[in-house]
Amino acid sequence: MNFKHKFVFLFPGLFVLIGILIFPIIFTIRLSLSGWNSYTPEMNFIGITNYIRLFTDDPRFWESFFRLSFLSVTTVILQYVIGFALAMMVWREIKFKRFFRVIFLVPMMTTPVIMTVIWRTFFHESLGPVNDLLGGLGVKPILWLSDPVIAKFTVIIVEVWQWTPFMFLLLLAGLLSLPKEPFLAAAIDGASPFRKFVYVTFPLMAPISIGAIIIRLIEASKIMDTVFVLTSGGPGTATETSSFYIYIKGLREFQMGYAATLSFTYLVIMIISLTIIAKVLTKLMIKE
Amino acid sequence: MSKLYTFLKYFFISFWTIFVVAPFLWAVSTSFKDFQSVNSKVTYIPWLDFEPTLEGWRVLIKSPAKGGVDIVEPYFNSIFVTCTASLISIVLGTLAAYALSRFTFKAGFVRNNDITFFFISQRIMPPIVLSIPFFIFLSTIGLLDSLLGLVVVYIVLLMPIAVWIMVDFFNRVPKELDETALIDGCNPYQAFYKVVLPNSIPGLIVAGMFCIIFGWIDFFFAFILTFTEVQLLPVKVVALNSSITPWWSLSASALVSVAPLIIVAFVVERYLSKGNLSGALK
Repeated sequence: MNFKHKFVFLFPGLFVLIGILIFPIIFTIRLSLSGWNSYTPEMNFIGITNYIRLFTDDPRFWESFFRLSFLSVTTVILQYVIGFALAMMVWREIKFKRFFRVIFLVPMMTTPVIMTVIWRTFFHESLGPVNDLLGGLGVKPILWLSDPVIAKFTVIIVEVWQWTPFMFLLLLAGLLSLPKEPFLAAAIDGASPFRKFVYVTFPLMAPISIGAIIIRLIEASKIMDTVFVLTSGGPGTATETSSFYIYIKGLREFQMGYAATLSFTYLVIMIISLTIIAKVLTKLMIKE
Repeated sequence: MSKLYTFLKYFFISFWTIFVVAPFLWAVSTSFKDFQSVNSKVTYIPWLDFEPTLEGWRVLIKSPAKGGVDIVEPYFNSIFVTCTASLISIVLGTLAAYALSRFTFKAGFVRNNDITFFFISQRIMPPIVLSIPFFIFLSTIGLLDSLLGLVVVYIVLLMPIAVWIMVDFFNRVPKELDETALIDGCNPYQAFYKVVLPNSIPGLIVAGMFCIIFGWIDFFFAFILTFTEVQLLPVKVVALNSSITPWWSLSASALVSVAPLIIVAFVVERYLSKGNLSGALK
């Protein structure tokens, strides 16, 4: 095949993407070396002062980062377990299979911020139905949004509701594409459902699982919309994630230079940690 | 044992179904309430618990001057931005994915996989990291607070998805297909257009649906990069969420905004059941 055609296919997409991104990335790096804020809105050069501040004098960023790690890892594990269970249940014939499949898919089609607005009224501490129904059972009102510990779980509940369907979709598509022979062999050997799952289904699903978990981790690390509407990072900083902290620094306090430093550092950490997680997961799950 | 398992299974399925549906039911109920039935005590069932009104729905089409919300224009803005950006992403992404699946690229240490990873890795970028430079970038070229500016930004958001799905999909389309076409005298473009594309409809539909979903549900870019001239649906709805929230119009507008994509759930399910999706998604 003629050598040049391949570039005609690849280059439009590649260069459009690079063309749109090149400025923001270079700009972020340059901005991170400046002291741009609302008093001096100019691109001066202050060297790595911002980076020194970040690594020596900003515990709030690191706290928000660990909080983000906790939130995203917890939600992704929950989504994986629940999504896998749901996918297993509607994989084979059951009554109203197609109805349940649609129901399980619906949340991911809804706009997270908009549903979070609804969730906020849902978990409203005096006028919401959750506390009201629990009150009917004699449970004291739970401070869903204003207790620092419970607020984290509220965020997790909303995230699990929103994104389990995505995991479910990827895993169910995977289950449906599995070859039939291993299952026949297991059935002939008279394997119990449990052993069948552990020795046949799960190993066959390992590559798909890894893909799904990594995609979800990438998306979960951007968790922002939910927090923004549900709690605005509060109470205090109890649900503040890295993105939200960068948003506060950059677009509320207009410390653009410092926000760029945070952004760039955060991006580097994310890329490194996601690469490591991908490698570790591949090792752990393929071996079994 | 198996009876217990069946019981647990249906218990879990019912529980999850209720969990999924609950916020929607609550929103439907709330959208028919008025100030009294929201703020006095928690009410659930219309007529039984409270007297339903259509006020929450009526304000949606009133102009803001008359105290309405007017979500009609944001609605069309959202549709325009999502569809345009998805279309551009799909076209460019499919071409690039075809190239990455069929040809070998070598430039220094960069191989096909690295280019694919470059595309997909754009999803790692948190919106906040891009939003500040985009803010300044778009204001420099005068596209801040405009539909075109948002389309440009959304391409970055959506093209990785198109490339991710289509590379996997093309890898499953047998190479012999295009080789036969080439032997029959097609040039590479004809082979792609006349033979490979018609065989990739399921993949294209899946990629298209994902682009539309992720374009439609984005909030943050629209929130940062537009103000008054152009408003997208999510921004408009969230703007209602101020201190004195009118829960009824909030619920009504939320339901109207999420409705169109729920149809997508039915389409996805159809493809799942026909087995077309398994090839396209992995």
